[in-house]
Amino acid sequence: MAINVTRRQFFKLGGAGLASSSLAMMGFAPEPAEASIRQFKLSHAKETRNTCTYCSVGCGILMYSKGDGSKNVEQDVFHIEGDPDHPVSRGSLCPKGAGLLDFVHSEGRLAYPQVREAGSDEWKRISWDEAYARIARHMKDDRDANFVRRNAQGQTVNHWTTTGFLAASGSSNEAGYITHKVVRSLGMVAFDNQARV
Amino acid sequence: MTNHWVDIRNANLIIVMGGNAAEAHPVGFRWVTEAIEHNNAELITIDPRFTRTSAVAQDRAFIRTGTDIAFLGGLISYLIETDQIQREYVLHYTDAALIVRDGYGFEDGLFSGYDESTRSYDKQSWMYEMGDDGFVRRDESLRNSRCVYQLLREHYARYTPETVSSITGIPVETLQRLWKKMAATCVPDKTMTFCYALGWTQHSTGSQIVRAAAMVQLLLGNMGLPGGGVNALRGHSNIQGLTDLGLLSQLLPGYLTLANAKEQDYAAYIDKRTKQPTVEGQVSYWKNYEKFHVSLMKSWFGDAATETNQWCFEWLPKLERPLYDVLDTFERMSKGEMTGYFCQGFNPLASFPDRAKVTRALSSLKYLVVMDPLNTETSEFWKHYGEYNDVDSSAIDTEVFRLPTCCFAEDEGSIVNSARWLQWHWAAAPPPGDARPDIRIMAELYRELKRLYEAEGGAFPDPLLNLTWDYKIADEPSPQELAREYNGRALADLVDAEGNVTRRAGEQLSGFGELTADGKTAAGCWIFTGCWTEDGNQMARRDNSDPYGTGNTLGWAWAWPANRRILYNRASADVQGRPWGPDKAFIWWDSEQGLWVGADVPDFVATSPPSQGQMPFIMQPEGVGHLFAGQSMVDGPFPEHYEPFESPVKDNLLHPGNSRARANPAARIFDDDREALGKPEDFPHAATTYRLTEHFHFWTKHAELNAIVQPEQFVEIGEALAEEIGVAAGDWVKVSSNRGSIRAVAVVTKRLRPMQIGSRQVHHVGIPLHWGFTGAAKKGFLINALTPFVGDANTQTPEYKSFTVRVEKA
Ligand code: SF4
Ligand code: SF4
Repeated sequence: MAINVTRRQFFKLGGAGLASSSLAMMGFAPEPAEASIRQFKLSHAKETRNTCTYCSVGCGILMYSKGDGSKNVEQDVFHIEGDPDHPVSRGSLCPKGAGLLDFVHSEGRLAYPQVREAGSDEWKRISWDEAYARIARHMKDDRDANFVRRNAQGQTVNHWTTTGFLAASGSSNEAGYITHKVVRSLGMVAFDNQARV
Repeated sequence: MTNHWVDIRNANLIIVMGGNAAEAHPVGFRWVTEAIEHNNAELITIDPRFTRTSAVAQDRAFIRTGTDIAFLGGLISYLIETDQIQREYVLHYTDAALIVRDGYGFEDGLFSGYDESTRSYDKQSWMYEMGDDGFVRRDESLRNSRCVYQLLREHYARYTPETVSSITGIPVETLQRLWKKMAATCVPDKTMTFCYALGWTQHSTGSQIVRAAAMVQLLLGNMGLPGGGVNALRGHSNIQGLTDLGLLSQLLPGYLTLANAKEQDYAAYIDKRTKQPTVEGQVSYWKNYEKFHVSLMKSWFGDAATETNQWCFEWLPKLERPLYDVLDTFERMSKGEMTGYFCQGFNPLASFPDRAKVTRALSSLKYLVVMDPLNTETSEFWKHYGEYNDVDSSAIDTEVFRLPTCCFAEDEGSIVNSARWLQWHWAAAPPPGDARPDIRIMAELYRELKRLYEAEGGAFPDPLLNLTWDYKIADEPSPQELAREYNGRALADLVDAEGNVTRRAGEQLSGFGELTADGKTAAGCWIFTGCWTEDGNQMARRDNSDPYGTGNTLGWAWAWPANRRILYNRASADVQGRPWGPDKAFIWWDSEQGLWVGADVPDFVATSPPSQGQMPFIMQPEGVGHLFAGQSMVDGPFPEHYEPFESPVKDNLLHPGNSRARANPAARIFDDDREALGKPEDFPHAATTYRLTEHFHFWTKHAELNAIVQPEQFVEIGEALAEEIGVAAGDWVKVSSNRGSIRAVAVVTKRLRPMQIGSRQVHHVGIPLHWGFTGAAKKGFLINALTPFVGDANTQTPEYKSFTVRVEKA
């Protein structure tokens, strides 16, 4: 396994806390990268507080974005670092958290609703309205066909078992709460989140 | 976590077992380092591998995967037989003295009440014996042969050091050395903490492993004290919050539970969950169940929920099986019994066991909806990616919708860390392109469905049509509105016993003590009540001061319940209400004020004097911690060692020859999946899956920096195994189970060593899980091609940590 790292990437790695990365453990210890990572001009940036989106230590982060906050000027996050006031993390981030910015700007981010039709081998871009209309139609057709008011024993069960829902434990409480409210109002029971696994 | 991250620094001994905190929770792990450096603490790791946590530990053992209960059961026996327990604590704060019914027993690996045809237990005999006064009988001398203490002693007497050693592979001397160190924390003023993660939960006996640890902590008097507790280091940033909010098949918010189909009567449903004290004078907080339940129904259904219609009890779905967990769901899906499925920020193709079965299941759906910031493997399960996803798109008829969502940086709201802290965050930028927040997507989808039902009618639309929806922008409720809703508010003036108004209609509630069962309060998640009060958003607080020097920052964010940071903290004081030692002073009784005071919010009735005799575990009807789990577990009141469903060992050494007790007799396994289990002779190597510090599940392979530092899939094998199969470091190996195979580069290390199990040597194989066929890292195989489709008997969490494979040169 060979790893080629450019000098620029080396400096980025410094920000990732390379000393604590498994690369070192696995015998790929690079020479110490001494670059200071605080070359960013943060003074004109907007600072926003958030929490690392990965593990459940819940480290505090500060996100810096460009744009002055005025209307029609899009903010763009260009730097993320640990929040020194945070009582657990005290400004630290681990190698996962150090890469948060690249997650935000990942090429894998999705930007538009899409559909893959039955049997097709490609995505097709659609509007939100079309997406909602088609999904809601599927849901209603299935629910109307398979919702169980009473089971074979004559017990009232009012449940819908043929469509299920996996919720996201990376999302906020508010998203989780409204998801639960909507899902149960439909009578869904095949409902779980990552806590199940 | 019963305790919290910073509190780890108060520990005298830290056991990391079933986890690898230095690797997976690096910043939280700093508090372990802090305890070692500034509290003279020792760190011990118990793991199949020499992990990054082991590397900085003072002592360690290597354990065969899936045998943790043998280790902990042996420890329990050691504590009892050498009389190293915290006696006063055990006598008063646990059920050690309570008497168990005559019918309870345990024989050849099975508890009383076993029914093989259903693989389940009738738990009638697993109960305390009630006296004529309506309370549980007890024997303070602990000598009665039917008291919990004696039953516990008898149960674990079989776990001798020699037996435990042959099951776990840990040498007897090592066992005794570690047990001795752990036992030393039985003195009142020393604490040990357990830190665990998926290494404990992802087993067919997972819940019982955690319970065994809790029992050890009760015996040692380490529960409720600073530096003690049983601490689940959880994974996803809000996995705690989604659990608290009840997004699991059988739950409602705040650990309320859905009724099963037999529970047709509202009063009986409530009555069963309203736990009255079974020991005289105890708090038994679940006696308030109906207040929480009615407040939830008022929150969801508003004016439509009335006393006359039993607060819409009929509207809630009823369960016809214990769980509709993901294994059950994918089993049904693979048999063509499901139509549609939603994956909101969840990647089941990568995350669920037996990937071939998952692919089959998804291919049988009519529609699949993926809501995610990233292009997950699940969203492209139908797309051909060479050997990494070898499917024929034209043969898959599932319509797949992919809806782009915001990520954390574009989102406002709160998430709950492992320590139960609700921390508020703000959005820094808009999402890319036309991506939308999850809240908005759920709201718009709901509104679209509502329009359809209004226009066309359809199956039982009442709950859907009557759902409260008083948000300013109906298509996009704000996080603030939703947070205020789950906190709860008064719907009418609330009055005290003298008729004084304590809360005006419309005001936010400040705690769950205000909730009522008469429809005058609404609260969407009772354990979160107090997070958004009339004083505003408590979750956004940022005062990090620590006035008692205990690491307890009550002014930072807000923790459930009631902003308490250490659960059961009443147990940090003795029966008279005095701290167990100056070092462990946390909360105590102040007789002048007539109040419990100290560094934390008391987990207790603040005005209840010690003389009143109320005990610390206020959620239990007995007021004490349970060594004997009467009704809460499906697979036994005491944890028992069973082999993983796939094990390199043919027999359960505790029950040789009894095939019914080889693996957990109460764990569910579907027929096809049982057929798909491998045999030790074909798949001789013990496999375990794990995570790396540079990566977070299947997310960070999409982030360039992480993809650079850990770009390529590998598996880890020991030098001895490498030599046996003729593999050198850097060679490609094929790893197969009876369900599938992967190929990866071999990392050959000293970190995995063969273990002597009975007469043979067992090799472990370590399989990190972070690669797939989408993202910026090199493509790799989804390792769940290998894992078995069976879960923990209680939770159905899949057995990812213990299964068997064959490794060979590719
Ligand atoms: S900034 Fe870094 S990458 Fe760019 S030229 Fe200088 S050393 Fe090279
Ligand atoms: S920075 Fe690392 S330790 Fe902190 S929350 Fe993120 S992933 Fe966890």
